[in-house]
Amino acid sequence: MRGIGKSFPGVRALSDVSLELSAGEVLVLVGENGAGKSTLMKILAGALAADEGEILIDGARVRIASPQEAQRLGIGMIYQEFTLVPQLNVPANVSLGAEPTRAGLIDAAAVRARAHRVLDELGLELPFDVPVSQLSVAAQQLVEIAKALATSARILVMDEPSAALSDREIERLFEIIRRLRAAGAGIVYISHRMEELPRIADRVVVLRDGKVVATREARGFSPDEIIAAMVGRRLDAHFPQLPEPAADAAIRLNVRGVRRAGIVNGVSFSVRAGEIVGLAGLIGAGRTEIVRAIAGADPVDGGEVMVDGEVLRSGRVGEAIAAGVAFITEDRKAQGLVLAMTVRENVTLAHLADFVDRDLLIDLARERAATVRMIDELQIRTPGTEQFVGNLSGGTQQKVVLAKWLLGNARVFLFDEPTRGIDVGAKSEIYKLMVELAEHGAAIVMVSSDLPEVLGMSHRILVVRGGRIAAEFARADATPDRVIAVATGAAA
Amino acid sequence: MNDRARVDYWVRIAGAAAFFIILVTVVDVASRGSFLEPSNLVRVLRQITYNCILGVGQTFVIITSGIDLSVGSLVGLTGVVAALFANSVHLTGFPLIASTLIVAVAVGCIAGWVNALPVVKLNLPPFITTLAMLEMAVGAAFILSHGRPVALQSPDFQNTGIGSFLGGVTAALHLPSIPVPVVWMVAVIVVASILLNRTRFGRYVFAIGGNEEAARLAGINVVRVKTAVYMISGACAAIVGFLYMALFSSGSPQTGTGDELLESIAAVVVGGTSLMGGRGGVIGTFFGALLIGVLYNAMNLLNVDSYLQKVLLGAVILLAVVLDELRKRYLSR
Repeated sequence: MRGIGKSFPGVRALSDVSLELSAGEVLVLVGENGAGKSTLMKILAGALAADEGEILIDGARVRIASPQEAQRLGIGMIYQEFTLVPQLNVPANVSLGAEPTRAGLIDAAAVRARAHRVLDELGLELPFDVPVSQLSVAAQQLVEIAKALATSARILVMDEPSAALSDREIERLFEIIRRLRAAGAGIVYISHRMEELPRIADRVVVLRDGKVVATREARGFSPDEIIAAMVGRRLDAHFPQLPEPAADAAIRLNVRGVRRAGIVNGVSFSVRAGEIVGLAGLIGAGRTEIVRAIAGADPVDGGEVMVDGEVLRSGRVGEAIAAGVAFITEDRKAQGLVLAMTVRENVTLAHLADFVDRDLLIDLARERAATVRMIDELQIRTPGTEQFVGNLSGGTQQKVVLAKWLLGNARVFLFDEPTRGIDVGAKSEIYKLMVELAEHGAAIVMVSSDLPEVLGMSHRILVVRGGRIAAEFARADATPDRVIAVATGAAA
Repeated sequence: MNDRARVDYWVRIAGAAAFFIILVTVVDVASRGSFLEPSNLVRVLRQITYNCILGVGQTFVIITSGIDLSVGSLVGLTGVVAALFANSVHLTGFPLIASTLIVAVAVGCIAGWVNALPVVKLNLPPFITTLAMLEMAVGAAFILSHGRPVALQSPDFQNTGIGSFLGGVTAALHLPSIPVPVVWMVAVIVVASILLNRTRFGRYVFAIGGNEEAARLAGINVVRVKTAVYMISGACAAIVGFLYMALFSSGSPQTGTGDELLESIAAVVVGGTSLMGGRGGVIGTFFGALLIGVLYNAMNLLNVDSYLQKVLLGAVILLAVVLDELRKRYLSR
């Protein structure tokens, strides 16, 4: 790609970006949200048209006007959001859009054969006859990769493929990537996880504000240097200092024997005021389900949740909120935000009753003032209170979610993957915010698949496996090895 | 409001205004000035009243990404029930009118509640539950009325049906008289608009349509809000049933079983409310109904064949939504 430029109304998304990818190379593309990574890759995949610049494949200049043309040129794209049809099974998804036919009808045998071939190549075994919606998120991610490979892609673009995977699954993904590299494919890998880079990257390209600011061999390019290039300044530490909670701090959140058939099997723990407790574990271990039960998002079959000694009724989100529980969900687009609404409307959604006058009408001026206050406090990068949330970047959206919950007087914060898919700058702001909340006496539960994050941001770490708390570590005793050993069942 | 939203807002207003001005000019010239006669304009308003009120109720449902197919047949059912009630009570004047209206609206609300129950409790598609209600309401209306229009015995409803609002004032000012049903329409729009845009309930309607799970996790009682929108739609159908009953001096089981349902949906969609939910408004629905009404009126003035009228109406609805979509794409580029 040479001299690529692209503008959106009011924004120059890319200017004069050049990128070179050799066969048998893994190029890792990093940059903060809004740096232009996704735009650049969408241009390569034919989903967007560049305003200027050219693309050459094997030395020949090509025009890529549609995703179909990209496919024909051997460019496979694995998007951050899944593009599988949930009701179809694995072979049907793998061949989707390029079904082998015989006499105009889909050749079912060939569809299965192709899926077999691709999965064999990847060294994978997946059930063929169930809808992909029944597979785990990690398995779906692998199907997504198989689908891209089915079209014999020579150039493979992966947009944060590891975001939804646990460590063991990431290991498998890397193995696949190495195998593809050995087979001569060129791979562009987009990631936010610094610790992955040395393990997978041959070369690293850093984008900032739509420009390439660094292109270097991965060897000898340290994470700190990469982050510095991304944000344009040096970050001293990833995680802020965690102040210890007061020795006599009261128990804020008390979870007693919570059960949900087959998913949560008797979970008990407590969190004191000012304490941050991290829930570690593999995907599907039941961490999200535990915090959902606390938040009242799902009804439970047994057990109790108490906030400041007050028992919450199961399955009542409204009551949990009234008792001071804030639940920052894993998937902000699906569960946390109404994208078609404005920043203001999202921020006040959970506490709208506070903005209603005696005449039962919403006081828009007061609502706007409160939103402006939150925008200032959290430094939410939005043109104003009336911007639609759907137009904001991932990290900014996450701040809108936080603003929604900070608006009330919540005392218990449940963070489920609070930094997934957001850039380094926004991440450290969220960490700082968590510390501030703890300092003001909040009890915090954080679910995270990012191990350094759990270890760096928790006073105590609970490792969840099979819907149970399999082990508890104090901050000082928790090492990545020990936590992983428990999470994977290698140790008790 | 940010710049793009502001531009979008003005593009929409200007686009709609330009469309109307061109349409009106063409029609007025073609009809040699009879279109813009005040009495004809009032006629258009009276004609769109019923569709507009139905559309307002439908708007609430559609913003939650639902649909209410039962509104047309509920017009017939509520009209029949209202007429039977009015004939069976010994009241006159305002108490008669008010109690009849209350009975009609109660029937509409109950039907809406029944519509919503399987939707909110079992997550069934509203397309099916309201389709079932459509059939049940038609059948019930025929059973209750023995298949014939129920003639009103009291003449007290005449003013509601065909009377003029403040007739003395408009006559003194040499203005065309304003039909009472038009006043009803304006009242319904004003109340619905405030409800939708300025209350918690209205905000929750949009939130549920935009992202039901996020709304639930924000502590919103989704079951209650969704139930309420179907009840509002039923109530609007009941108001229309009541007004038709007053207009015809009888409650007929066949009223509302024609084009009413589909035209109410057309008014909503042409008015800019998304069938996907989360976006829209009742003012838009008024303009949607107005566009359809102006077209019908114009085609009648121009003596367009009535079958051809249908073809043209369909084409205009399609054109309106296509233009709206192109506008959105242009702005989000």
